[in-house]
Amino acid sequence: MIAIFFKRILLAIPVLFAVASITFFLIKIAPGGPFDADKAVSPQVLKNLNEAYNLDASNWEQYVDYMTGLIQGDLGPSFRFPGRSVSEMIATGLPVTFELAFYAILIALVMGVFLGVLAALKRNTFLDFIPMAIAMIGICVPSFLMGPLLVLIFGLNLELLPVSGWDQLPGDKILPSLTLGFAYAAYIARLSRGGMLEVLNQDFIRTARAKGLAERIIVVKHAMQGGLIPVVSFLGPAIAGLLAGSFVVETIFQIPGLGRFYVEAAFNRDYTMILGTTIFFSAMIVFFNLLSDLAALWMNPRSRDVQ
Amino acid sequence: MKNNSLWSDAIYRLTRNRAAMLGGFILVMLVICAILAPWIAPYSYSFQDLNLGASPPSSEHLLGTDILGRDLLSRILYGARISLLVGFVATGVALVIGVSWGIVAGYIGGRVDSIMMRIVDVLYGLPFIIFIILLMVIFGRNLWLLFGAIGAVEWLTMARIVRGQVIGLKNQEFVLAAQAMGVSNLSMFRRHLLPNILGPIAVYATLTIPQVMLLEGFLSFLGLGIQPPMSSWGTLIKDGVESMEEYSWLLIYPGITFTITLFALNFFGDGLRDALDPKTSDN
Repeated sequence: MIAIFFKRILLAIPVLFAVASITFFLIKIAPGGPFDADKAVSPQVLKNLNEAYNLDASNWEQYVDYMTGLIQGDLGPSFRFPGRSVSEMIATGLPVTFELAFYAILIALVMGVFLGVLAALKRNTFLDFIPMAIAMIGICVPSFLMGPLLVLIFGLNLELLPVSGWDQLPGDKILPSLTLGFAYAAYIARLSRGGMLEVLNQDFIRTARAKGLAERIIVVKHAMQGGLIPVVSFLGPAIAGLLAGSFVVETIFQIPGLGRFYVEAAFNRDYTMILGTTIFFSAMIVFFNLLSDLAALWMNPRSRDVQ
Repeated sequence: MKNNSLWSDAIYRLTRNRAAMLGGFILVMLVICAILAPWIAPYSYSFQDLNLGASPPSSEHLLGTDILGRDLLSRILYGARISLLVGFVATGVALVIGVSWGIVAGYIGGRVDSIMMRIVDVLYGLPFIIFIILLMVIFGRNLWLLFGAIGAVEWLTMARIVRGQVIGLKNQEFVLAAQAMGVSNLSMFRRHLLPNILGPIAVYATLTIPQVMLLEGFLSFLGLGIQPPMSSWGTLIKDGVESMEEYSWLLIYPGITFTITLFALNFFGDGLRDALDPKTSDN
């Protein structure tokens, strides 16, 4: 286990290095600098700006500079918001996005595992079809449609919940978390149903039944450990998806998180911000993938013994 | 006894799956509507009825008009062209890359295989959506770039599936016989391997299309995909969200169309999978 962990980390470092380098040079070949936007700037001002941001150095020098900063955790200044550094902006946005993602994954896990296990246990009955139909809806209604629909129903028509904001009005966290969590609940429901069906047909479950164990114990203690492995391995990639989902959800609900910062940076051509967040997102996703792979490995007794 | 080939068996099973047939029917209708849009749409997609502004559904405008007085039904029909085009073309790109990658890796094997699949593993772990956004920002929001970028992201799973299938075929007699006859690698891929893995490829391709369409909708929703005056269902939903407080039909009809299409594609894809490989039908 520990050997695998270190091997994977060692592999992740060159990958992240490559990502940072490729992104850096991609942005360098992008047409248009960050300062030739709306207002024309006088040549002198432009020159000063370029000097201040070290833009007149050679590409190679800038690259070495940037990489040195990166190792020390310094992602450079934001081009759009003078006086603020990219690291600072990430530090402001990250807790909000994390909180949102946490609620979403919680909703997804509770709803998804419950519905999926229920469907597997009551296979080919009403209690199987209904949850699976709900799951299909969750997969086919994208978050950028689900969010506005929830706002329309619960926010504007029923006036039960606030339509936007984060941490300002009571209950304003409910709709964003639901929007983000619902799609994953659907995937998790399907995965846990499939995994459970596979495990429930195996011999050790029959043995447990033959021993006369209570059904509840069979399901919770024996079947779920193996049946939910697909769900655990899905969680890593799901975190990547949650980040992308947070772009949409934070835009719809005007939440000041990392996702919205990223989308705004993309519109404003705030290159250092794009660069910094891309590297940061990549690192986070590589890390969570690693974590979920290890967890799945640990849950599977067969691979545990081999290690 | 009739000739029971894999495909005739599969078609028989598929035609008995009502959800899949309904999905397939809706898809065929949608494609026909999209192709015929210039002839069957009641108005041009950019025609503005300036007296009207946003108006609810009426007999003249079956689904109402948007805030610029444009007929919503016509815009949905024209939007279908872009959305479906993205779905099919980007899936095609993913198909070409993924199948070639998977066949080469699986057939050649050894070091080549492990390097190629290691690359796939590494790419799997990266936040591709961010790279698509990055590409769109850097190179401008160009339709063909969008196709390429989405296709270049979605090929990974295809490569894995194809590789697995090819490894299973590699040691079968007909492949060994072809090798003994000195068939070149290229015609081995084309004439012997590819026809035998068409089933899984078809299934996965059908299930990739809705994912691609979701991705396009997602990008267009953020304003980073299709640009006006062109419209896809994603941009229509985006416009609908902006005015949903007063004019909810502008969100609801494009949303329904998009959702029904995704349903149809998923049902048809699931049906196809069950038909071609009855063993997996429980998952």
